[in-house]
Amino acid sequence: MATLRTLEIKSISGHPGTVPGRGAVRGLEIAKLVDVTTCIGCKACEVACVEWNDHPFRETSFDNSYQTMATTEWNYYNLIKFNEHQLEDGGLKWLMRKDQCMHCEDPGCLRACPADGAIVQYTNGIVDFNQDNCIGCQYCVSGCPFDIPKFNPTTKKVYKCTLCSDRVGQGLEPACIKACPTGCLHFGTKDDMKALAETRAAQLRNDSLFPLPNAGVYDPQSIGGTHVLYVLHDITRPELYGGLPANPQIALSYTIWKYLAKPAMLVIALLSLLGVFFHYIFTGPKLPQPEPPAREEEL
Amino acid sequence: MTTSVERFDEKARREFGKVGHTTVHEGELLRHPVYTRFLHWTAAISFFLALLSGLAIYSPWMFNWLTPLFGGGAMTRLLHPWFGLMFVIAYFFQFLNWLSRMIWTGSDSEWMRQLKDYVKGTHKLEPEYVGFFNGGQKLQFWEIIIGSGILLITGLCMWFPELFGRLAVAIGYVLHDISALIMLFGIWIHIYLSTVGQPGTLQSMTRGVVTRSWAWTHHPAWYRETTGRDPREDHQRAVERQTERRRVAEAWRSDRDSAARESERGPTDKS
Repeated sequence: MATLRTLEIKSISGHPGTVPGRGAVRGLEIAKLVDVTTCIGCKACEVACVEWNDHPFRETSFDNSYQTMATTEWNYYNLIKFNEHQLEDGGLKWLMRKDQCMHCEDPGCLRACPADGAIVQYTNGIVDFNQDNCIGCQYCVSGCPFDIPKFNPTTKKVYKCTLCSDRVGQGLEPACIKACPTGCLHFGTKDDMKALAETRAAQLRNDSLFPLPNAGVYDPQSIGGTHVLYVLHDITRPELYGGLPANPQIALSYTIWKYLAKPAMLVIALLSLLGVFFHYIFTGPKLPQPEPPAREEEL
Repeated sequence: MTTSVERFDEKARREFGKVGHTTVHEGELLRHPVYTRFLHWTAAISFFLALLSGLAIYSPWMFNWLTPLFGGGAMTRLLHPWFGLMFVIAYFFQFLNWLSRMIWTGSDSEWMRQLKDYVKGTHKLEPEYVGFFNGGQKLQFWEIIIGSGILLITGLCMWFPELFGRLAVAIGYVLHDISALIMLFGIWIHIYLSTVGQPGTLQSMTRGVVTRSWAWTHHPAWYRETTGRDPREDHQRAVERQTERRRVAEAWRSDRDSAARESERGPTDKS
């Protein structure tokens, strides 16, 4: 991120969207903004991601779609989901969404994870996996409402998008942002990105030629918001964009049960253990009969 | 069905009896043959391995220190399902082995109604209808059967999440924990009653034998079944023998004491 105000852009010629960084206020929380309305499906972000993370070439799959593979993979964090959506009037809309970790404010993966220090959430909002501490149980896979963490069966560790925490820590933008040629991807503080997204959504709604009355910003509050924001043509139907959940939820087993589990175990184990101990103290052993006669008076 | 299971069990007991053997001394009864003991300790060892490794995963906040026992967190996670599988397999054979003895009967329901007396130790002798296993043992047996069924199914869901899906893992995780906790609750009672709580019980799973007095005290109907004798009568006879022995011993002691007194007095008379 450039810190010199002299490099902040005021306006751009021929730019399809709003100007990034206008009126920016620097804060702690960062966010990535994906404006799907300006994505052209070039997959530059996919390549940049593979390149920066030093992942080897992996086989792609073909399923009558332009999509590189079905889902993100343990060594393919970033995937554009292509969806050919049939409109009511018979027209076709090609919806493209860059899919990656959403870096939730309330991360389901982190809640589900039983391994100490395997998943960390930074104050800037990045949720990062620390594979050294990962035990390979894959609870995070079931904890994630976006189906993002992926298991590597060879190393028995789980991997996902890091939001380029290694780059962001050095004041750089994530690799995907740097590669995007259309201005579809933006990076900055959460407040800035939110403001930018809302501006863009309003622009889409109020367009004089092709107004999109349902255009809106995807920042699901059911998980406290995310640090990846989407501007969608139709915010009422996020499922169209490669199965983006309208109301992402973390399973109750990872919220309620997680907090009940420890006291439940202590209570159950101690009840029984103390129970038998005091049973011995109070009533003593049950001996085969006839036992040797008692010499003292019982108290 | 039942007959083929019985045939299998008999063959297994025979084969294991060739490898190991159980010596029954006078005054003792065979309770658990080698096969049963082998299954019991295989299940017991795998239970504790699964318990310790499981606790480390269940609540690392408290039990992270257990992971080095198994070679670190990742290794603990890798081994835990295998320990669990070992337990389930061992207990499956124990299930076949004990099925006929574990059938719930009316007398077990009666035993459960008298549970309060059992816990308080009101009666020195168990009721006469208590057979090879009492109601409590049967209850624990069936709890383990149902519990390990749940542990197996949910465990497989968590072992292979890619086959069973996210929801199965999220639900299975809770059921797995609860089943394990119920078994954890039961295990202390089992260990307590089979060792210090009821002395003479542990040797039934080590040497395989119990004393006759143990049998008529804790499992009178089984005593009747194996020896063909009346447990209450034999107990009464033992009580009488004990009283008789005490009488004889006291008589002998008083004889000896008076003899000693006389011999002390003897020399003083002479001098």
